[in-house]
Amino acid sequence: MTADGPTPASARSGAQIMCEALIREGVEVLFGIPGGAIMPFYHALYEYRDQLRHVLCRHEQGAGHAAEGYARASGRVGVCVGTSGPGATNLVTPIADAWMDSTPLVAITGQVSSAVLGTDAFQETDITGITIPITKHSYLVTDVNELPRVFREAFHIASTGRQGPVLIDVTKDAQQARSTPQWDVALDLPGYDPQYEGAEEALASAVRLLALARKPLIMAGSGVIQSGAVEELRALAERTGVPVITTLHGLGAFPEDHPLSIGMPGMHGWVHVNRALQECDVLLNIGGRFDDRVTGKASTFAPRAQIIHVDIDPSEIGKVVRADIAIVGDARLVLRAVLDVMPARDAGEWLAHIREMQATHQHRQAYLRRPDTSQLMPHDVYHVLNRVLNERGDYRVVTDVGQHQMWAAQLIDWHRPRTHLTSGGAGTMGFAVPAAMGAAIACPDETIWVVVGDGGFQMTNQELATICQERLPNIKVAIINNGYLGMVRQWQQLFENRCYSGTPLSGPDFARLADAYGVRGVTVTCTAEVERAVTEAWEHDGPVVIDFQVEREANVFPMVPQGRSIGEMITSDAEA
Amino acid sequence: MQHTLIALLQDHPGVLNRAVSLFRRRGFNIASLAVGQSEVPGVSRMTLVVDREHVEQVVKQLDRLIEVLAVHDITHERSVEQETCLVKVTAPNPSLAELVTIASEAGARIVEMNAAVMVLVLTDIPEHVAAFVERLQPFGVLELIRSGRIAMALGTPATGVAARGGKPETTNRARDFAPSHPYRWQADGASDDEAA
Repeated sequence: MTADGPTPASARSGAQIMCEALIREGVEVLFGIPGGAIMPFYHALYEYRDQLRHVLCRHEQGAGHAAEGYARASGRVGVCVGTSGPGATNLVTPIADAWMDSTPLVAITGQVSSAVLGTDAFQETDITGITIPITKHSYLVTDVNELPRVFREAFHIASTGRQGPVLIDVTKDAQQARSTPQWDVALDLPGYDPQYEGAEEALASAVRLLALARKPLIMAGSGVIQSGAVEELRALAERTGVPVITTLHGLGAFPEDHPLSIGMPGMHGWVHVNRALQECDVLLNIGGRFDDRVTGKASTFAPRAQIIHVDIDPSEIGKVVRADIAIVGDARLVLRAVLDVMPARDAGEWLAHIREMQATHQHRQAYLRRPDTSQLMPHDVYHVLNRVLNERGDYRVVTDVGQHQMWAAQLIDWHRPRTHLTSGGAGTMGFAVPAAMGAAIACPDETIWVVVGDGGFQMTNQELATICQERLPNIKVAIINNGYLGMVRQWQQLFENRCYSGTPLSGPDFARLADAYGVRGVTVTCTAEVERAVTEAWEHDGPVVIDFQVEREANVFPMVPQGRSIGEMITSDAEA
Repeated sequence: MQHTLIALLQDHPGVLNRAVSLFRRRGFNIASLAVGQSEVPGVSRMTLVVDREHVEQVVKQLDRLIEVLAVHDITHERSVEQETCLVKVTAPNPSLAELVTIASEAGARIVEMNAAVMVLVLTDIPEHVAAFVERLQPFGVLELIRSGRIAMALGTPATGVAARGGKPETTNRARDFAPSHPYRWQADGASDDEAA
């Protein structure tokens, strides 16, 4: 649609309206790559460059993960942009990742002009169709007049209720058409009304159960962090003395040096945590979705427990594990309501029992003692990193997917929310490096550590160029380089008779690769060099890549084999 | 067993695709689907029949869609279900009398009758429609279309837009969609054979 008559002075192009809508939503930065169908938007972006920072990524997957990293570090909506066709399909992986981990993300894609929609035009892809199962909602905009409402709704949907990704696909002609934007437009979302307050009856039952339980546990998931309920969680734990478990995405929701913190559950959780889950009589799960990596074989999970499930998404209740008491609501509001009436109690005997189990089992973790090797062990790196991180403070750690990710979850002591960013539900290798760019922009005064395997690093390491172009000095990359797709190799070793099919992995000299990008590169091959490498990287005024060449066949333990009960854990190679 | 679901949807492009895709994702076959206008402009009403024992989870995910206003599982409600079929059968002279009798007994209308074929329309409960079609098979069914069933709970409005508490713009969907027990749900048979 183009204006044929005289154009009012207030008229803007659709592309300009998109920029103004982003500014109105408080967006400061977007991550993307231009292309034919999104060119009008990029033209407008140039006009608004003082208000909207654009970060040119090297692949749309990187742009999407960067927006996710920004969102997860800051709690604000991340925005990524791509063109039609391959630009849009390259965004599919980060959109799926944001969907699985409930990350507020708005993805903007250009689309071919409405006149040729559906004709297999150049770079036409039905991206709204492709992303239906992995978006909270999506829009195909062909009319410039819809843009203000659509952007308002998209940001509202992405950032409220259970957060998630929203896609806005805008045809090129809608970007080009001119219109006077109507900003005071009402949201048209009659079917969207997230429930934040827990039902009173259920809250009362939950409080009664918690007060009477002999072996109660709290399990905190990402909902605690996303709703900002960290203080409330701590208050509840301290008033009741109930031990607290933090899931992978709950790490940082409860300080791990707190006397009531017992650690992470699940496939690579600690033995005493899984044992406690199997013994507990009341389990309060706040803001976690009972991922199968947490529950193991679901029918055998927490068999003695009355389960209280607090989740903002009603469709999570009863999905994997029965809920004896379901509370649909926002973690923070629910915890506040519980705190209003929760009597003080104590669970000292139960906690002592858990600590006893911990003392019995933890010394059997293979990597808490030195194996018979002079090779640098992965846990040597984590030991130093954990100490330096917690001495210096003001850090975020972004991990990728695989062995290094589980070691980081286990061996770093997490104290603060939004300091541990990882791809959990989707398990997206290649997440870490680009996500760190978003975190670095969200937190310019903090040091962003990337912990990544040599496999995942090689999936998105082209973003080192973006890191240099955007001058992000606060990114430090620690590659845990074992020359394998290590987690798959571990499964092959333990369950497939060491048939290492498709897992041995070569790579470049990572230090020289970094150097080629203009990033300082360091290689570390022995334990004695770890400390210096980490502290020098921290102090260096610029991005650093450290290639930690570690023992190739170290494993992550404890481990619950796939499909087994979390009570059945392997704690060393010898037990496998 | 079969579940009959009623969903109220905003009348937008793509909303049906979103809704149906939740069933496809799980490999659930949809036995019948009918969509049309509801009593409120801009709101479509869908009746969906699915052959599955456990549908509670998919119902909740359906309700979670932004453009879905409400979902009701009326399988165990007092309700009326209707379906229409159009049938074209070969109708040579010797069969005519018998066909007319069948039509008359079933309450079907004959909309065309010529030397070669007869076209019949029947609207009834799905079981009667099925029996009617079965009786016509020996005559040679040339074409058949069944509309898919439409359903409505009986009594005080329970499945309409108004049952949601007024105009769609002002209702709180979460409270409308109350499970049979206010706060107790059972896991609906999630498999233990988790994916890798």
